[in-house]
Amino acid sequence: MADANLNPGWRHDSFTGWGRVLRGEMDAARPERIADLAKALQAVDRRGVIVHAGGRSYGDAALNSGGQAILTSRFDRLLDFDPASGLLVAEAGVTFDDLRRLFLPRGFLAPVTPGTAFATLGGAVAHDVHGKNQDRAGNFGRHLAWLDLMLPSGEIRRLMPDDPLFRATVAGLGLTGVVIAVALKMMAVPSRFVALHERRVRNLDEFLDALEEVRRTAAYSVGWIDALAQGSSLGRGIVESADPAPPVEGEHYREARARRVAFDFPAIALNPLSISLFNAQHWRGVPARGRERRVPYDRFLYPLDAIKGWNRLYGRRGFHQFQCLLPEANSRKALRSILETCVGSRAASFLGVLKTMGQQGTGLLSFGGRGHTLALDFPARPGVGDLLVRLERMVLDHGGCIYAAKDSRMSAEGFAAMYPNLPQFRAILAEIDPGQRMMSDLARRLAIREAP
Amino acid sequence: MSERPLWLILGASSSVARAFARLVAEQGGDLILAGRDIRDIERIAADARIRGAARADVRAFDAIDRASHEAFVAELPRRPFNVLLAFGMMAPQSEIDRDPALAQQIIAVNYLGAVSVLARLAPRMTEEGRGAIVVLSSVAGDRGRPSNYVYGSAKAGLNAYLQGLRATYAAKGVSITTVKPGFMDTSMTYGMGGMFLVASPDSCARACLRFAAKGRDVAYFPAFWRLIMAIIKAIPERIFKRLRL
Repeated sequence: MADANLNPGWRHDSFTGWGRVLRGEMDAARPERIADLAKALQAVDRRGVIVHAGGRSYGDAALNSGGQAILTSRFDRLLDFDPASGLLVAEAGVTFDDLRRLFLPRGFLAPVTPGTAFATLGGAVAHDVHGKNQDRAGNFGRHLAWLDLMLPSGEIRRLMPDDPLFRATVAGLGLTGVVIAVALKMMAVPSRFVALHERRVRNLDEFLDALEEVRRTAAYSVGWIDALAQGSSLGRGIVESADPAPPVEGEHYREARARRVAFDFPAIALNPLSISLFNAQHWRGVPARGRERRVPYDRFLYPLDAIKGWNRLYGRRGFHQFQCLLPEANSRKALRSILETCVGSRAASFLGVLKTMGQQGTGLLSFGGRGHTLALDFPARPGVGDLLVRLERMVLDHGGCIYAAKDSRMSAEGFAAMYPNLPQFRAILAEIDPGQRMMSDLARRLAIREAP
Repeated sequence: MSERPLWLILGASSSVARAFARLVAEQGGDLILAGRDIRDIERIAADARIRGAARADVRAFDAIDRASHEAFVAELPRRPFNVLLAFGMMAPQSEIDRDPALAQQIIAVNYLGAVSVLARLAPRMTEEGRGAIVVLSSVAGDRGRPSNYVYGSAKAGLNAYLQGLRATYAAKGVSITTVKPGFMDTSMTYGMGGMFLVASPDSCARACLRFAAKGRDVAYFPAFWRLIMAIIKAIPERIFKRLRL
């Protein structure tokens, strides 16, 4: 009974971003009812509070060291679903995995989904996430009919897409308050499968040409890039494109069994040699002439989810993730110099992704626009910090931007230069949260709340 | 008469009740969700419907308001049903020491409230000819401890009441299960220190459904708590009183 919870309990705990490089000690509350959420927000002291939900942002977006956190895992209820329109209303702690399990059998899928199904809808709002269909479908926020936000004051407001606060909350890094519910326009799909086409590309030019072709022909497209290949093989990889597959009579879908990484790998396991060997083998795994397959949506959209806790492969020290968007006009040149820099440093790992983006996001701080986006993992080692500083410089020089959800190293100056709407965002925060109740390590690092 | 099972859940917004409602919903059952926080329970009902419950109705129910229990039971639909009693109230002993009135409130909810509603539900269920009652009690009722004895005494009273109720209704088609959970990861216990081997509400909800199907009498959850409590009960009082448990 609620009486037992006059003050919802706070638990002191240690948290990390998904990359496990950045850590924070926080006092966390885990309310189960909206009324208790309001009480938790009232109990925030001067170090502020941030929502920590799926824990899948890589850096410090969901950390608030020495402060407080609100865990939204128990806000996982579905509130309304209309099969005629596909409109789903759900609480913010619902994950894409919940949606996949419940709605794929009914012929519906989230119109935009990040690369892991363990992210929550609230997190998808906070980062205005994108997926392998960004080129056509844009980011997550575009598919919302509305969202319910609990402001830092505890007031609940329903935000329509034309509301300035909606545009601040989408990609707002959790700083405008706590998302309570979203109304998401689900997408009808003909089956649980995609028709997947894979082809090898031998170098960066071939890669970009292939991406250019599939962005016009396919709903989904993504490329895996071997970030250690050099010389004439620089930028080699595999380009995947996919479209919803028609149903096949009698086809049986079986839930894949997830495997788990039960311990931290020793740091030596992923070294430049083992990774190059893995990459070379992976590249040759696709026949030179390419191949076509029917693959369940889940395996195509969330390949890494098949290995629970894959972040432990990088050992105890963890890894940095880096994702940038380079505007189309400069991207060929920019990608070449960024890849050369990474190859030269021998720091990159096997999870390199290169794909196209085609749409602006709806949020003031959305990561989107027309161009190429490159994502790389760097195991935490001496020297990686310097590399990330150089990469930030290069992205800035080419007029690009870095994705905050994955970042652990960007500078405040760099962030301000990449996101020109920052002053507007700041002004809205100053208005709705003058006491700076919402706060995160990322907000402090990037000086998001302070006007210069 | 409907073939689908109907579950009445009292205290529907508690952590275990929420997980339980979800299980019943996924199996296509019917639900009546009762409790005080109607707005919250509406959300639980909506969730249950989307996940497969054929019906999920919401009713106001307050364990402390015993005068309302008669009408509450009278208004239940005329068909066989099962009951999960999941309401409860706990407060730290230190708070009770400051405010003795809190002790009476804990007894009013956990003991008097439960007795009041069960005394009306059990005869009604015999009229329908069958049914299962699952009551979430606690290991705290097995022995009074300095850290939690008001709550424990209310649960001890409840356990004895359930023993008598069980024997009374055994021949009349209604099974009564006393579930004694150990440490559970609920909103009631979140942030409390000194807990170990904490079980999830979901696993407890699954166990409750199993206990009901088997018509179990008394069940510890997780089962190893039977052993832990056997040891705790075996300690002589003159030693036990010196332990700070």
